[in-house]
Amino acid sequence: MEKEQSEIKKIIESLSPNEVKLIPHLKEGNFEKLFEKTGMNKTAIVRSLEFLSNKGLIEIKTRKEQTVELGVNGLLYVKQGLPERKLSNLVSKKNSLTLAEAQKQSGLNENEFKASLGALKKRALISLVNGNIILSGKKEELVEKSLEERFLESLPKRLNDLKPEEKYALESLKSRREIVEVKEANMIEFSITKLGEQLVKNDFSHSNMIEGVTPALIKSEAWHGKKFRRYDITSPVPKIYGGKRHFVNQSTDYAKNIWLEMGFKEMTGNLAVSGFWNFDALFTAQDHPVREMQDTFFISNKKAKLPDKKLVDEIKKAHEGKIKGSRGWQYEWNEADAKKVLLRTHTTCISAQTLKKIAENKEFPAKYFALGKCFRNETIDATHGFQFNQTEGIVVDENANFRQLLGYLIEFFKKMGYEKIRIRPSYFPYTEPSLEIDVYHPVFKKWFELGGAGMFRPEVTIPFFGKHVPVLAWGPGFDRIIMEFFNITDFRDIYGNDITKLRETKFWSK
Amino acid sequence: MTVLTLNRKELEKNIGKITKEVEEKISMFGTPVESLTEEEISIEIFPNRPDVLSLQGFSRAFLAFMGKKPGLREYKVEKPEKDYKVTIDKTVKKVRPYTACAIVKNLKLTEEKIKELIDIQEKLHGSYGRNRKKLAIGIYPLEQIKLPITFLAKKPEEIKFQPLDFPKEINGRQILSQHPTGREYASLLKECEVFPVFEDGNSEILSMPPIINSDKTGKITENTKEVFIECSGFNKEYLAKTLNMVVCALSDIGGKIYGMEIIDKEKYLSPNLEPEKLNFSIENINKTLGLNLAEKEIIKNLEKMGIGYLKEKEQSIALIPCYRTDILHEIDLSEEVGIAYGYENFIPEIPQISTIGEEDKTSVLKRKISEALIGLGFIEISTYFLSTKEKQFKNIGIKDFKNEIIEVLDSKTENNILRTSLLSQSVNILSQSSDATYPQKLFELGRIFYSDEKSDTGIGEEESLCISMCDEAANFTEIKQALDYLMRMLDIKYEIREAENPSFITGRCGSIIVNNKPIGIIGEIAPFILKNNKIKMPVASLELDIENLMK
Repeated sequence: MEKEQSEIKKIIESLSPNEVKLIPHLKEGNFEKLFEKTGMNKTAIVRSLEFLSNKGLIEIKTRKEQTVELGVNGLLYVKQGLPERKLSNLVSKKNSLTLAEAQKQSGLNENEFKASLGALKKRALISLVNGNIILSGKKEELVEKSLEERFLESLPKRLNDLKPEEKYALESLKSRREIVEVKEANMIEFSITKLGEQLVKNDFSHSNMIEGVTPALIKSEAWHGKKFRRYDITSPVPKIYGGKRHFVNQSTDYAKNIWLEMGFKEMTGNLAVSGFWNFDALFTAQDHPVREMQDTFFISNKKAKLPDKKLVDEIKKAHEGKIKGSRGWQYEWNEADAKKVLLRTHTTCISAQTLKKIAENKEFPAKYFALGKCFRNETIDATHGFQFNQTEGIVVDENANFRQLLGYLIEFFKKMGYEKIRIRPSYFPYTEPSLEIDVYHPVFKKWFELGGAGMFRPEVTIPFFGKHVPVLAWGPGFDRIIMEFFNITDFRDIYGNDITKLRETKFWSK
Repeated sequence: MTVLTLNRKELEKNIGKITKEVEEKISMFGTPVESLTEEEISIEIFPNRPDVLSLQGFSRAFLAFMGKKPGLREYKVEKPEKDYKVTIDKTVKKVRPYTACAIVKNLKLTEEKIKELIDIQEKLHGSYGRNRKKLAIGIYPLEQIKLPITFLAKKPEEIKFQPLDFPKEINGRQILSQHPTGREYASLLKECEVFPVFEDGNSEILSMPPIINSDKTGKITENTKEVFIECSGFNKEYLAKTLNMVVCALSDIGGKIYGMEIIDKEKYLSPNLEPEKLNFSIENINKTLGLNLAEKEIIKNLEKMGIGYLKEKEQSIALIPCYRTDILHEIDLSEEVGIAYGYENFIPEIPQISTIGEEDKTSVLKRKISEALIGLGFIEISTYFLSTKEKQFKNIGIKDFKNEIIEVLDSKTENNILRTSLLSQSVNILSQSSDATYPQKLFELGRIFYSDEKSDTGIGEEESLCISMCDEAANFTEIKQALDYLMRMLDIKYEIREAENPSFITGRCGSIIVNNKPIGIIGEIAPFILKNNKIKMPVASLELDIENLMK
């Protein structure tokens, strides 16, 4: 008994002013009564009832029920009257007038006007004779509020409670645009619990409670000898959202930091580049399928300028098999294909441009990285997109070798959170040896391909350096890593920019 | 990407049972396993290895790799018999200048083998042959042919024969328009005045490459014991190699290869199945791979890749099989050794070379800007770089945009122009987001494009920043406050001058000026644009070029 009493005391201390207002009327167990007696708005009542139920003072049951509510136009008409009110006012003054005059003077639009005519005709208050509206009912009837108007003013109502004439009004209004709506709503019913009944016997008026800390309270020191209302600190709070970076950029920034930590410099480059930099400088034969329009975005009506003639000649020689020790691709290389402008298909074109700079300045050993968007002419669906992210890197060093290539890659992917990594042979026209990086997916128990790497072929390096300088190079895609971390299963969600989803997306953390 | 699908039982007859380990080994050979069922195995073949695009080719290479049959496989060519000749007529030089030919006898073809043979042909056409553009292969039952053969070109109207699987005789032009294969590859001949054909000793047309064989002489059946094979195209070496891939595969199932005399400007024998010699240095291989393998081990590893070894006067020489197309340079041998050594056996290493990391200046600036805006509660969006005229211009009230369009060719989606502003992108996102809670505060940092004759590609690119706020209370003051905060934090002086812009309300739009140069636009978006984009709340936005910010 004592325990219960102290429990009740605690509950009383935690009642909010709204709850205090409701408590005296709880016994009646009727939502509408609470509304009438307290004058609180309905949402506040619902919330407070939930809190009272959390405290164990009442039991709430919800029941689905159909209600008739005002629609968008209905809200307006309750204030202004139905459109036919305007027309009937007009007719009651003039007794007879033409349709055109009536529409103009009533200020109604075409639809409203037609609906109004129909409504008044139906009630036999007017008739149409030779294009004139003539009063045919009694004036008093015309001025009186119509059944529909009275019905609108009484809303919202439960569908089951409607009287026959109200049902009739509902049917006639339903056919008109967005005046009334029948909605399914949750109706709240509640009953007071034993604990609730106990509590009512106590003084719960809060005469000695402080609701909150205010500047005035601090100044007056009025808290002495009083208690603060207890909060239910376990109850959920409304969500708030902060500003944040796009999740793709969060993850690419993270990757960027890994490369910076490992001593790499960032390189950047244009997204629109020439075939020369995207393909030719990377020893990709001009008849390679990737150079066809169905794979690559070529830009209409643009022609690129090629770099200095010496370099262009060297690249031509590499393709045609005129570099010492290489058979090349054995065809006649042509400048026109190199001058085509396209959206880069890989960030490796930036590496090619950087090789030129490194060779000219003889600044190696050198380590560079890039993270950027690439493009391919693709449709957009759950597994495809025309835009993707790549992480690129090169190490230019006379002593660079294959084992070091594995070293850098495995270190990077470990830092990206992948423990089980498989390196297997692969093929790219511009690297030899070439490899593919797979990571093991512990849930699917499957290897996933993350991207390619290799060492640039002499046909790539000799045109820049005049001799073969080993260059480690890689360009794994990044989107699969992003999709996996953020549980994205549809490619389109990467660039969907659904604000609600962006707000909810967790932060990148590896 | 070419996927080779093989009958599992047939492959297991050649290479032994495919266990879990063998499956892993197949991937580590550079031919990743795509799928494996009881009946079939599908493996991905990279374009550098057309020689393994057949059951025989793959089995041969993989048996060597597993160490079961290592080393160079030798293939013998029998001397040509009487009339084993192919004349390349000068009429064909302009349209399809070369052919490589051979005869293979002693075949025991089953339905399965015939299917394989057709499959090799199709796989080679599709990959190495670039959809028959570069080369095409024809195989004919020798029994139906009278030797010698002539490769010549004729006017399409004069070429008359019944193409394979077609009910009647038609002419060359008609084949391109009426025969399904003709239609598929019509573009390869359409522009030519004369079409190439193979004719036999009776002037009977055997085929019209690269399109189709004659129904009479081009059908291999289970009764076929001997075949004539030709490969025609534009590069002698590619043709010879392709022919070698086919005849070696036939030899592997018991065929006996016979040479033919090719009579071109000069006479020569075909095929040539001698290995090619390539000088290399063991030191270079070790240096590239970061290994220290002795000569003996290098030899063993090369042999696992089907490559032979020879030493002449201290010079190491690799003997490359006649069907390999991918060994262009000494460097390619290091990958061969690497694969044989096993990529899984390399010990990764990070070398001690001293380099200093450095972030790009623009990246640093972008990061600072995002930090400032995040502090103000903005969410970053990231949109496509391609857009539509509708979204990019019309939807934000720009009517005159002809000169601004940079178009991509043949896009597979509706997005066929490069984005020229970010503002249109953010209006588009707001238009899709009317269900999301307000205020909606967005920003985007990213590249936009413009025509620029001075740049190498004719296209200029700049990093742009767009900020938009959409809310009942969004107005000029709010957006200017954001700009003002950003500029103060970056310590940049700026001013706003009145400006007109079709996307903004006149009198509530300004140009952002830094160093006396306009670098952006700011204002309240015109209500007709909001209405047209079904945006329910006012929007205030700005867009500016950030690269000009620090200059």
